[in-house]
Amino acid sequence: MKGFAAFKRMLWDENPVIGQILGICSALAVTNLVKNTLVMCLGLIFTLMMSCLTVSLMRNVIPRQVRMIIQVLIIAAYVIFIKIVLDAFMPDISNELGPYVGLIITNCIVMGRTEGYAMGNKPLDSVFDGIGAGVGYSLVLLPIAMIREPLGLGTFFGMQVFPPEWTKWNMMVIAPSGFFALATFIWVTRAYKAGGAAK
Amino acid sequence: MDIQNIHPLVIFFAAITTNNILLTNFLGMCSYLAVSKDLKSSLGLGVAVIFVSTCTAPLNWLVYYKLLVPFGLEYLQYIAFIIVIAAFTQIIEMIIERVSTVLYLTLGIFLPLITVNCAIFGCVLFLVIRQYTFIQSIAYGMGAGTGWALAILALAGIRTRMEKKSKVIPELEGPGIALIITGVIAMAFIGFSGIVKIN
Repeated sequence: MKGFAAFKRMLWDENPVIGQILGICSALAVTNLVKNTLVMCLGLIFTLMMSCLTVSLMRNVIPRQVRMIIQVLIIAAYVIFIKIVLDAFMPDISNELGPYVGLIITNCIVMGRTEGYAMGNKPLDSVFDGIGAGVGYSLVLLPIAMIREPLGLGTFFGMQVFPPEWTKWNMMVIAPSGFFALATFIWVTRAYKAGGAAK
Repeated sequence: MDIQNIHPLVIFFAAITTNNILLTNFLGMCSYLAVSKDLKSSLGLGVAVIFVSTCTAPLNWLVYYKLLVPFGLEYLQYIAFIIVIAAFTQIIEMIIERVSTVLYLTLGIFLPLITVNCAIFGCVLFLVIRQYTFIQSIAYGMGAGTGWALAILALAGIRTRMEKKSKVIPELEGPGIALIITGVIAMAFIGFSGIVKIN
């Protein structure tokens, strides 16, 4: 099935973050807490799934000249939905994430999938492709968050994992470590891919 | 201290240094990584970002406080902001194309890129979240744009020089090394903390 292949491809070979270097903004900004990262990933998967479905269903009626703005509006509608749900059920996380929930709209991964795949493929395949991209994004963000939060704050998912004597690496929760962590992640995965290709 | 009492100049400098939109909030990473290979286009894009963020910040302030708030339509803010930014860049592109071909070739070609640049959108979201006044929002827009341009110029300068002088491990080439350099620049910018503070 085409959709399943699209799903699998997005996880590793064409992973949106490490392969195509898209969606870096939120990948760096929210990964200092595992909880926030998880919420962000679920939000992105939902947005991707729904906007790919909608764009794909409408692909024959969207005029080519204005397709970008229509896609943005579709995405924005779903992001507003997420924001309202977050405000209602998880106001603390919504506050902490601040503008980054809204920034899913300008997250290049979503636009990239709707423009690059959903505009030319059947709804079901597009949904799988969208979910694949979202899961691929989560596969990068969650490990980074799982490294940054314990080292930086001594906690995991808000729970204390290291003893109180643990010297916190304050470095890990502030901005520069985000850049270093992602660079290391890209380095390791690319080295692994290159090693696999050589064999 | 009440946020409304902060002098606009303080906000301007804080937005460039301690609250740099790229180095501390990670916004506008996609075009930052993609364009920074070359110094000349970095300058063009940087100037275009300064211009657009300086203009769209007060414009969106007006839309939010004079249009959305009185009618109780705050939940539509994302869509409204995106439309304002897209329409503004489109109009400016058309004007520049008419007025000056030279300006169009140096600046105009970057305008479509800016519509999906999260630095512009994020800047607008921040000024709503932090409840800036009208004058403060102009200062913040200008500062955020200048900070972004400064960061991309710094990275482009380092990257062009590195290309000639040094060899990078193949797996780190491109985005990997750019992220590490950005991390180092971000660390340098932490040296500014304590000078001015907004939040």
